[in-house]
Amino acid sequence: MLAQQLVNAISLGGVYALFALGFTLIFGVLNVVNLAHGAIFMLGAYTALQAVVVFKLPLALAMGAAIVVTGAAGWLLDRLIFAPLRARQAPHLAPMIATIGLAISLNSTVQGIFGAENLRLPVHGMAAEGLQFGGAQVTWLEIQIILLALVLMAVLLWWLKHTRMGCALRALAESRKAAALLGIDVEGLFRMTSVIAALLGGVAGVLIALYTNAVYPQMGQPMLHKGIAVVILGGMGDIRGALLGGFFLGCAEVFSVAYIGSTMRDAVAFGLLFAILLIRPQGLFGNAAQRRA
Amino acid sequence: MQLPSVLLGAVVALGYFSSLAGAQIKIGVAEALTGNAAQYGVPIRKGFELALSEINGRGGINGQKIELLVEDEQGKKEEAINVFKKLIFQDKVLMLFGPTLSNSAQASDPVAQGAKVVVFGTSNTADGITSIGNYVFRNSVTEADILPVTLKVAAQKTGLKKVAVLYGNDDIFTKSGYDNFKKALETLKIPVTTTETFAKGDVDFKPQLTKIKASNADAIVMSALVAEGAPVMVQARQLGIALPFIGGNGMNSPKVFDLAKDNSDNLWVGSPWSSENPAAENMRFIAAYQKAHNAVPDQFAAQAYDAMYIVAQALKQVKLTGKLPADRTALRNALPAVQITGATGPFKFRQVNDKGGKPAGYDAVQTAIVMTTKGNQYVIQK
Repeated sequence: MLAQQLVNAISLGGVYALFALGFTLIFGVLNVVNLAHGAIFMLGAYTALQAVVVFKLPLALAMGAAIVVTGAAGWLLDRLIFAPLRARQAPHLAPMIATIGLAISLNSTVQGIFGAENLRLPVHGMAAEGLQFGGAQVTWLEIQIILLALVLMAVLLWWLKHTRMGCALRALAESRKAAALLGIDVEGLFRMTSVIAALLGGVAGVLIALYTNAVYPQMGQPMLHKGIAVVILGGMGDIRGALLGGFFLGCAEVFSVAYIGSTMRDAVAFGLLFAILLIRPQGLFGNAAQRRA
Repeated sequence: MQLPSVLLGAVVALGYFSSLAGAQIKIGVAEALTGNAAQYGVPIRKGFELALSEINGRGGINGQKIELLVEDEQGKKEEAINVFKKLIFQDKVLMLFGPTLSNSAQASDPVAQGAKVVVFGTSNTADGITSIGNYVFRNSVTEADILPVTLKVAAQKTGLKKVAVLYGNDDIFTKSGYDNFKKALETLKIPVTTTETFAKGDVDFKPQLTKIKASNADAIVMSALVAEGAPVMVQARQLGIALPFIGGNGMNSPKVFDLAKDNSDNLWVGSPWSSENPAAENMRFIAAYQKAHNAVPDQFAAQAYDAMYIVAQALKQVKLTGKLPADRTALRNALPAVQITGATGPFKFRQVNDKGGKPAGYDAVQTAIVMTTKGNQYVIQK
């Protein structure tokens, strides 16, 4: 049972980490708590669903469609909401409240078009078949989710550290004014970050829809709550923190079910989270004095 | 612009008068048409509309046509109360159907009871709803009646000795389903290996299922709605758990074949209605529903359809005077005696007591049909 629970914990952690990556990126660079990330995640899942069901595309192309649509949504999100608010130097909470409105509109629109009921991505094989080792079952999909979370994190970290664009982004996260004075295209970078964060959310939406076997308009909501917890635990805006926070929350949930009781699942997980934040209020990787991307 | 607006006015006026002349019995419908519970509320509405078009098509009730005033209560308590008040006090309906969820009924039915207006639930199965008062009716068979029958049949056919229990603990419907399962398991003296819970909106059930697998149960008793129940079944099969699932009313929906496609076998459910039931009334209902709505009906549509006929039957016995309070009470007094055979089979009411032991509202008396799933289909167990 222990081996299986470990597999369960790591794949659930991968799910949370995957969701949290885009969420933390947008906070790190734009300094916005994007409460529409759950809705964009849902948009990714519905795009893939339409691609598979209506246009009969294979899953890889459906994933591509989800990336394009959510990337475009990210572009629009910055163009129509974040950029005007930036230009007017709106206070901190304004973009956050705006994203709540966007999330509600997106959820309602999707519900209006596709209905409130659960749908599923009719893809076979990958989610069902898998490996067996030491008495534990793991599906290919779970392996893929875990690997993808790790790879995406590594790519993001490498990109931030070793590319000119990454350097610019870090400078931007440090100080917007200084970055602008250095000749960095601040607006362009903001927009690009919004696009990347959104398409990461879209990828997460497709994979998690496959993993949980359910696509519905409100699917981003519970994930958003967990995602916020993960990101706060890891340190707001920190990419390694999103991954570690995800795996931590996954393990905390699974092992509280396994050894304490399923009624205590969230109580134990969030109690632990609270305890950690008491000791390290800045989160696992957060640094109170220094902002990071 | 003069002429068109005059024309428009005339058209509106015509529409107004024709609706005045045609529809004289106003019945309110408060169901969840948006939100998560819309998956139940929408078929319920379609069930009402089908029965209504048949009844009005045959000339209505004693020459009067029925008009439905449909409101969306969104599956929320607060909204249900608002909508109930609007229908009762503003629209002055004769009676009300709804709301969709037991959770909402608990909050909104007292409004109808207080105003002495019949409230008729077609999908509320939790305990205690009809204890609210003597104007509260329902034709949805309660889980307390169905679950013991389901368990008994499943135990006989599969020879199960001990079971694991899994239920949603933050929803009045799934929690009350669990309470009834627990009672039935105690009566049948079936030991429980482990009891696990989940919450609404959960998507990952593997930790609980891994524990259940290790507990060596012979079957999994599950009180869940399809939204969570179907993923539970898929994840169980992924973990290599081939045990039978014994579910409540929430799992009795053809959606399970879609959401848990190819992993939906060996689910046992009890229901007042089955698409496989070959009774003539049921076949007629299914055919008419498919023709009208171009979709396969479910249990919720069937119960709504029957409910409209139950009310129609009662209305035939009532002489409407046009005085609203008197008419509302007359309908209430006529309802308990109604007996019909509808899509859900032979039906009659049974009065229940409130918490103080005094006679209160009315529950349904119906026989449960136990079914299992095989090859993405329900099979009736005799």
